[in-house]
Amino acid sequence: MSHSTAKRIVILGGGTGGTLVANRLHRHYRKHHQPVSITVVDQNNDHVYQPGLLFVPFGLADEHEIVRPREAQLHKDITFILSAIEHVEMANDTVVLWDGVELPYDLLVIATGSHLALDETEGLTGPGWNESVFTFYDMAGATGLHRALEAFEGGRLLVNVVDMPIKCPVAPLEFCFLADWYFTDRGIRDKVEITYATPLDGAFTKPVASATLASLLEEKGVHLVTEFNTGEVVGEAADGDDKKLVGYDGREVPFDLAVVIPMHSGADYVGRSEGLGDDLNFVPTNKATLQSNAKPNIFVIGDATNVPASKAGSVTHFEGEVLVENIIRFLDGQELTNHFDGHANCFIETGFGKALLIDFNYNTEPLPGHFPARVGMPLLKESRMNHLGKLMFQWFYWHALLQGRDVPGIGADMPEHGKEHPDTAPQSRTAPQEATV
Amino acid sequence: MSTTTFAGVPVELNEEGFFVDPNQWTREMAVDMAKADGIDELTPQHWIVLDFMRKEYFEKGTGPTVRVLGKTSGVTVKDLYLLFPKGPAKMAARIAGIPKPKGCI
Repeated sequence: MSHSTAKRIVILGGGTGGTLVANRLHRHYRKHHQPVSITVVDQNNDHVYQPGLLFVPFGLADEHEIVRPREAQLHKDITFILSAIEHVEMANDTVVLWDGVELPYDLLVIATGSHLALDETEGLTGPGWNESVFTFYDMAGATGLHRALEAFEGGRLLVNVVDMPIKCPVAPLEFCFLADWYFTDRGIRDKVEITYATPLDGAFTKPVASATLASLLEEKGVHLVTEFNTGEVVGEAADGDDKKLVGYDGREVPFDLAVVIPMHSGADYVGRSEGLGDDLNFVPTNKATLQSNAKPNIFVIGDATNVPASKAGSVTHFEGEVLVENIIRFLDGQELTNHFDGHANCFIETGFGKALLIDFNYNTEPLPGHFPARVGMPLLKESRMNHLGKLMFQWFYWHALLQGRDVPGIGADMPEHGKEHPDTAPQSRTAPQEATV
Repeated sequence: MSTTTFAGVPVELNEEGFFVDPNQWTREMAVDMAKADGIDELTPQHWIVLDFMRKEYFEKGTGPTVRVLGKTSGVTVKDLYLLFPKGPAKMAARIAGIPKPKGCI
């Protein structure tokens, strides 16, 4: 391949997905001595280790630990452009940057994630915002909430998810569990009432895990309010009145301190790019191949897609393997592989040095058992080992996952080995069955 | 799965009361189902939502969430709750004869 025919790969977004795909593609093409140009565009140079945001409010992590320069995570042969994106012109295979500069591509990867749509909820950023109403889903919110929690001496703490989808659907539950630990540790747990209000009809989206998580909430004295659709946030109240969330159905939940997980949308430029996104600016994507529905030379990874999987780093990691394989195949003119199964794997911090682990995909809900096989980390059950796993994961994220290295034993496809299905669980304890793979 | 009769025609419903086959649905059935759900009369506003939900389902394979309904159906989220007080996405999907929207993962 001569230099003039070097394929131009443009990756929009330098977060988890964009970075790992850029590094993996770079390694592949270098190994095969094929010249390609790889360019990553992002509007800022702050790569946030997003799972770390959960720990910031409790003083268990700080900004310096969990934010690193995006550019430093990319191989030096990859071009990094610091710029906002105006729009994508699919007809001309060109990205138009904020200042009008045009970036032509042979292949485009959308990896710009999801963003907080604060203004879609009435009153959320009104009076009381960052005083009595916070979110921990960005760095400024998480650090502000840390100060508010330190000053909190008792009262009603309300954790609310406004609407799905959100990044890491288990994080709000983890926040409740950690709040229970935090106030116990400070000796004022009996002065704090913790409530979790969710639009779902249970603690979580999938039945078996939902039941386990609901009993954990009960055990820890967290009140659960279900099918609550937040219509308005009243973060500053007149004398004698309560600060409160008002539901569309008229229900009210009062609070002294509210932690709200706002609605999420895809990136704004997706909305400005005709034919690319859906009504919420997520990009309609083939859930097995990760190719966009909009045009064959556009692929999508991570939170930016509309695939029916959790918006979580683990999903992005597993998608990366299939996506890179398909980009290589596409540029070689070969047929795409279609084996992405929606695999997700999440530690759920439950406080007091313990955590749960859940592992699931498009078709299999989170089940009890062990991961990755019958001997391994306990699934859907509290353990200290899972907590250590969660802590160790940050090292793995910066040093292996973003660099695009494979981890032995943990692949894109969800392991079936070690899971106890509701129908088979009772027998499998006495007479283990042959696992189906 | 169970069989129920709406507008004199037997139809199959799943355990949550949603149509198994959206093609079995007729507008007369919707009137019956709405009554059973506490809506005495389906107004033109109700029909805007129901027709929109069916259109979205047949185009995209799933009914819209409340948020998408509020953005695209021409009816605000507040009004959606007045029209379908038990939760617009679920209630309207059931009356429109389409499966429960796959909004939440």
